[in-house]
Amino acid sequence: MSERYSALALARHALTGAPWPRAWRRADPRPHYDVVIIGGGGHGLATAYYLAKNHRVTRVAVLERAVIGSGNVGRNTTLVRSNYLLDGNTQFFEHSLRLWEGLSHELNFNVMLSQRGQVVLAHGPAQLDVLARKGNVMRLNGIDAELLDRGEVQRLLPYLDFSAHSRFPIHGGLLQRRAGTVRHDAVAWGYARAASGLGVDIVENCEVTGFLRDGDRVIGVETTRGRIGADRTAISVAGHTSQVAALAGLRVPVESHLLQAFVTEPIKPFVDHVISFGAELFYISQSDKGGLVFGGHIDGFNSYTQRGQFPKVQTVAECAVALIPSISRLRLLRHWAGIQDMTPDGSPFIGRTPLRDLFLNGGWCYQGFKATPAAGWCFAHTLAHGEEHPLIEHLSLERFLAGNGHDEYGNGLWTYRQ
Amino acid sequence: MSRGPQRLAHGGRIDRDRPIRCDFEGRPLEGFAGDTLASAMLASGIAIVGRSFKYHRPRGLFAAGVEEPNALVTVGEGGRTTPNLPATTLELRAGLRARRQNGWPSVTIDLGAMNGWLAPLLSAGFYYKTFMGPRRGSWMTYEPFIRRAAGLGRAVHERDPDRYHARHAFTDVLVIGAGPAGLAAALAAAAAGAEVLLVEQDPALGGALLAAPVTGPLEHWRAQLEAAVRATPTIEVLTRTTAIGVYDGRTVALLERHDHAAPDPERGAARETVVTLRARAIVHATGAFERPLLFADNDRPGVMLASAARTYLNRYAVAPGRRALVATCTDAGWLTALDLAAAGTAVTIVEQRDEVAPPLADAARGAGIEMHTGATVARALGARAVAGALVEPLAGGRGRRIDCDLLCVSGGWSPALHLTSHTGRKPRYHPELDAFLPGDWAAGDFGAGALVGAYSPPAAYASGLAAGRAAAAFSGHARAGRTPPAPADVDEPTTFATALAPPRHGRGRTFVDLQNDVTLKDVALAHAEGYGAVEHLKRYTTLGMGTDQGKTSNVNAIAMLASLDRRGIGETGTTTFRPPYTPVSVGALAARNLGRHFRPIRRSPLERWHLANGATMIEAGPWLRPWFYAWAGADVGSAYLEEMRLVRGGVGICDVSSLGKIDVQGPDAAEFLNRVYVNGFAKLAVGRARYGVMLNDDASVLDDGTTARFSERRYFMTTTTAQAGEVMSWLEFLLQTAWPELRVHVVSVTDAWAGMSVAGPRAREALERALPGVDVSNEALPHMGVREVALDGIPLRVLRLSFSGELAYELYVPANHGIALWEHLLDRGAPLGIKPYGLEALASLRIEKGHVAGLELDHRNTLDDLGLGKLAAHDKSYVGRALRARPALQAEDRWSLVGLECLDAGARLRGGSILFAAGDAIAGHGRGYVTSVTFSTVLGRTIALGLYQGGLRHRGEEIVCAFPLKDETVRARIVSPVFVDPEGTRLHV
Amino acid sequence: MLRIPCPHCGERDYTEFRYGGDASKPRPAHDERDVRAWHDHVFVFANPRGPHREYWQHVQGCRQWLILERDTATNTVGAARLARDGAGA
Repeated sequence: MSERYSALALARHALTGAPWPRAWRRADPRPHYDVVIIGGGGHGLATAYYLAKNHRVTRVAVLERAVIGSGNVGRNTTLVRSNYLLDGNTQFFEHSLRLWEGLSHELNFNVMLSQRGQVVLAHGPAQLDVLARKGNVMRLNGIDAELLDRGEVQRLLPYLDFSAHSRFPIHGGLLQRRAGTVRHDAVAWGYARAASGLGVDIVENCEVTGFLRDGDRVIGVETTRGRIGADRTAISVAGHTSQVAALAGLRVPVESHLLQAFVTEPIKPFVDHVISFGAELFYISQSDKGGLVFGGHIDGFNSYTQRGQFPKVQTVAECAVALIPSISRLRLLRHWAGIQDMTPDGSPFIGRTPLRDLFLNGGWCYQGFKATPAAGWCFAHTLAHGEEHPLIEHLSLERFLAGNGHDEYGNGLWTYRQ
Repeated sequence: MSRGPQRLAHGGRIDRDRPIRCDFEGRPLEGFAGDTLASAMLASGIAIVGRSFKYHRPRGLFAAGVEEPNALVTVGEGGRTTPNLPATTLELRAGLRARRQNGWPSVTIDLGAMNGWLAPLLSAGFYYKTFMGPRRGSWMTYEPFIRRAAGLGRAVHERDPDRYHARHAFTDVLVIGAGPAGLAAALAAAAAGAEVLLVEQDPALGGALLAAPVTGPLEHWRAQLEAAVRATPTIEVLTRTTAIGVYDGRTVALLERHDHAAPDPERGAARETVVTLRARAIVHATGAFERPLLFADNDRPGVMLASAARTYLNRYAVAPGRRALVATCTDAGWLTALDLAAAGTAVTIVEQRDEVAPPLADAARGAGIEMHTGATVARALGARAVAGALVEPLAGGRGRRIDCDLLCVSGGWSPALHLTSHTGRKPRYHPELDAFLPGDWAAGDFGAGALVGAYSPPAAYASGLAAGRAAAAFSGHARAGRTPPAPADVDEPTTFATALAPPRHGRGRTFVDLQNDVTLKDVALAHAEGYGAVEHLKRYTTLGMGTDQGKTSNVNAIAMLASLDRRGIGETGTTTFRPPYTPVSVGALAARNLGRHFRPIRRSPLERWHLANGATMIEAGPWLRPWFYAWAGADVGSAYLEEMRLVRGGVGICDVSSLGKIDVQGPDAAEFLNRVYVNGFAKLAVGRARYGVMLNDDASVLDDGTTARFSERRYFMTTTTAQAGEVMSWLEFLLQTAWPELRVHVVSVTDAWAGMSVAGPRAREALERALPGVDVSNEALPHMGVREVALDGIPLRVLRLSFSGELAYELYVPANHGIALWEHLLDRGAPLGIKPYGLEALASLRIEKGHVAGLELDHRNTLDDLGLGKLAAHDKSYVGRALRARPALQAEDRWSLVGLECLDAGARLRGGSILFAAGDAIAGHGRGYVTSVTFSTVLGRTIALGLYQGGLRHRGEEIVCAFPLKDETVRARIVSPVFVDPEGTRLHV
Repeated sequence: MLRIPCPHCGERDYTEFRYGGDASKPRPAHDERDVRAWHDHVFVFANPRGPHREYWQHVQGCRQWLILERDTATNTVGAARLARDGAGA
């Protein structure tokens, strides 16, 4: 177990100049594991941690093609919240938020959960009714939610556009005070450090190139660092789900799209809450470093390029100014794109696959980051027991065959295409 | 007027005939046209330009361009307040008001500097290791302090009064950068016959040549090149224009700045313009940034890039110091030393190499420069400003102190390969140049000048000519043409790159990233903790994440990592460069699409009448529609009831122009409609209309609407307002990809026709009065009957359809006659009391009739959930039929459409309420929810539509509607969703 | 910015188009009732990293549905043809 982090330890190191140990062990792959997890992102590392912590399964390897945390866990807009409507989603994301609330302590790594609250805006009476339905469901499931009228939104967020110029006047909103942001990279590092401390091997620069099969059973992986046997194998590779699944001969209901994210130069506190525009998909918050972090809709066509199209940059900037006119003068410092698994109904797949002992966690659409702890928790349970945790039963890979699509926003099939 | 104690009497590119005074922290700051704020500050002797981010150490000017890490200022007042602008890029102009940042109470005396004492605690990533206790959630106690301490400048919540524009452009060859390589490329490409756009972020052309003495041969040559470029009509030159990003398809985003011209927003002038440029070929001639040498306390004010010192001296005629020490490992440092000496500055050179080219050494000796070769600076001395340097021989041995008030550093060059990286081209390390250069080139992209390692002016020029010619050829222009010659009489040194000596570890801190206060120790710490990959290092230490995006720190940090790993710089690799190249205001990206113009407004052809006649409008998707009319009441809550009564008791008229309208024609039109609608359309008779529902392939409901058949081959389809575009596109998809054999054409005619609904028991009378020649009797025009007639020669479509459940007609007329027909109907119907009604009344009337609309049609609800399953034909195929049969979609306990009657007198039933059976615990997700609520004027009570588990099988049961957001529960009874006239007798009168 | 060569209108910005997804799979026959066949058509995709054949409609131009060849790893755009000239695969 690595050295415990604390203010005292910091002071001791500052005084003595003693070096800090590595946050996670550098591991070379062993020939066989109980569980091999493909993908050293937030979900994969969390899965490894909960396997070791909750289920005492410690002969676990996390295989990462590059270095851990180099995918979507470090490219998102860092929002966490549990304002979900549908049965299944509500409980899952609330479980996730509760895990977030204890995560820094649990991992002994400050992931800086900042519960400054999220306001989702409505721009008309019908939209407010939809938010009210969601808020009511949250309350009925023991989750905090407050419905705000226009005046209440204005008192809370006076800098939004309440002028007569507004194209889509603000009608009200739904506030979840426990929602907020998390320092995204810290999530990968914190889980990696804690998992490594429990004996998990984190193997970086190890790309999976194929699956080892025994009939319809998967018994391990071929990698750029050799064959690795496994009793159970888990795929957790957001953005590349189709490619890795294809190595096992599986086709999954996923399209890979680009989601851009944006950050401005750092400024003194300017926006306290997380704010979601209601007229178009747009969300903004301010990081602890001072940059305004925001994002919008996906670019709208399959791509693995990890870079966005300029017209979308303009569209998102338009939303920013429409929502907060005073943002006009601030300067965009950087914009980038992640590859996002998009699914027909906007919900993920997590659980068993048609192949024995091969498990899949993917298709998180816009929700991958906020789901990280609960996805890891439930996926670890699934891997340990060979069947789905109750919180993810509704997220099976074959749900569309029976007609059990799980469309949280009621937007319909593939509607995120441009 | 001296314009500052450091200003030289002669020289420079400033216009001494145009003195400028601006406001710096409430005091006048003087300079000349051609100055930047930074050069004026330096001329005035302002040494401390800001405080550092973390330790609040005093900082001075470090660079002279966009790479400046330290001199960030806040400019402007009120809504024009703009934080974090590099003073090095701000042209001095009258009216400029600027102030320094990040110091309290001031930048000169800053209490935040106490953080310096805590430095050992505030090491890289310290916050990941602490602020976790004493309990869960303690971070929320610490965070506000950290948030206040973080951030750089302060922004204000005021509306930006300035304007921004956006435009589109095309060119054969885009040349980015107007240094010698860019100028050559532009001339060569134009000579080959290409149309050229040359963009330069600086106000002047010349790039690095602008730092050369104005009396020298390089300036003579630069002026010739500029003249040649200006004289070429096929070269468009945009100065003060930055290529901020390169995107797919050789699309380049340009930012033009107009601040220097004091743009007046009242007259439409823009502060900035974003240009979306599509280029057939691109020549990247973006130059290179000088790399600092690293040593302890290398952040003291007075430590400056050698190229920056040369720029201040030669371009702005400012002496950056009186006693200079130039620490270098390339010939570039010697150029600065020679120019400083020529300007009368006492100069010492500390050169890492053991030998330099004899001409350089001779020139230095001749200029009286003290030289130390094989040596380097180990530490800068001085507290608030540099006072000297500790110079050590590289071979070992004791160091010695050399006094100076300017310490120039020159550690080689880092090509500005940001733009070539934007499209995913990975940089490649070239050990012979000790630099990352663009890796592979995309087709149509070409590089020239320092970017590709051609540092000296003649080499840059030659590479520019070649790149310009190649780019022109790629764009289809290969004419033979003449270009000016390279400079004959320039003997600039050519050794611009050598391997860098490793940094010396002295006492004090060595800063790799000046803006984010990242030290070598932080890099080593991060590496030891396992964050040794470049991406991890960046994220763990914040190195390179400042407003300068690491333009001067990136390569030094990689070199440090490489040495820690004992491997090559090339293997260590770089982080990814992302747009924008330099920060760009959000307002410029939004341009004119803001406020009321954020998104286009779709307007009814009748809107003018509505606005002139008391309508209050409301957004309905992109449309503006009349919500209610003043005749009926002052607010919507009372007005819509009055309007409902009008329709139920007399006759009203409603604008339905926003409905989607699609003209469907062709011999196979009947077959086509029969395939897309769930219900049968094959046998729809001419002169009749039918309500239909369309599904998507996955069996979710796409839309509902009415289609009329006007002749054997001609149909008129209406869709909902919201789905008009989707339906049109879907029909086209099916016809073009799935069923190309069907002989059918579809055309959207939504904007071609104004539509109005005349509804109410007296609707027929109203039509008889308005259309005296048209037989609208029940026999001639029964329910769902349609007619095409003419009124004064204007075509008019009359469809007897009803959304409100009353006797009603939809009338369609060419859009430009809409108001005339509307007014005609009102005029002739006046004796009947006809008046307009709005969207709120329309939506309420349909609730009384149980017609589903937006809130019910949310894609989660199936045809059967909406009570429309009985429409679906059994004897034909239709889109979505196969997947509609999936078991979960046919389950008996699905939530389906019900009507709800409120049982608690005086209680309010709210949309979004969650439904429970009597006796259920009020928790969880319930058994359904309320979609739409209204007050029924007919029934005299609140009614609602909703979805409920098992639907109408529970008819008559009493249930509970919970609205915990307002701590309300209301009792309701499940009833038929058709509240008014369930037999439909009013439709058939 | 993707630039799409519309056979009718010439090369245009992708923003004039609407994306329609994978065009490599034939649509089941209109009277096909097999749920699995429609499920695989509607929900399951190869989603390749590399060459991709996909639908785009020139909504702000000729309104034609095109089949475009594009590499999803690089966004390099290839040829486009009218979907009606040879639907699906």
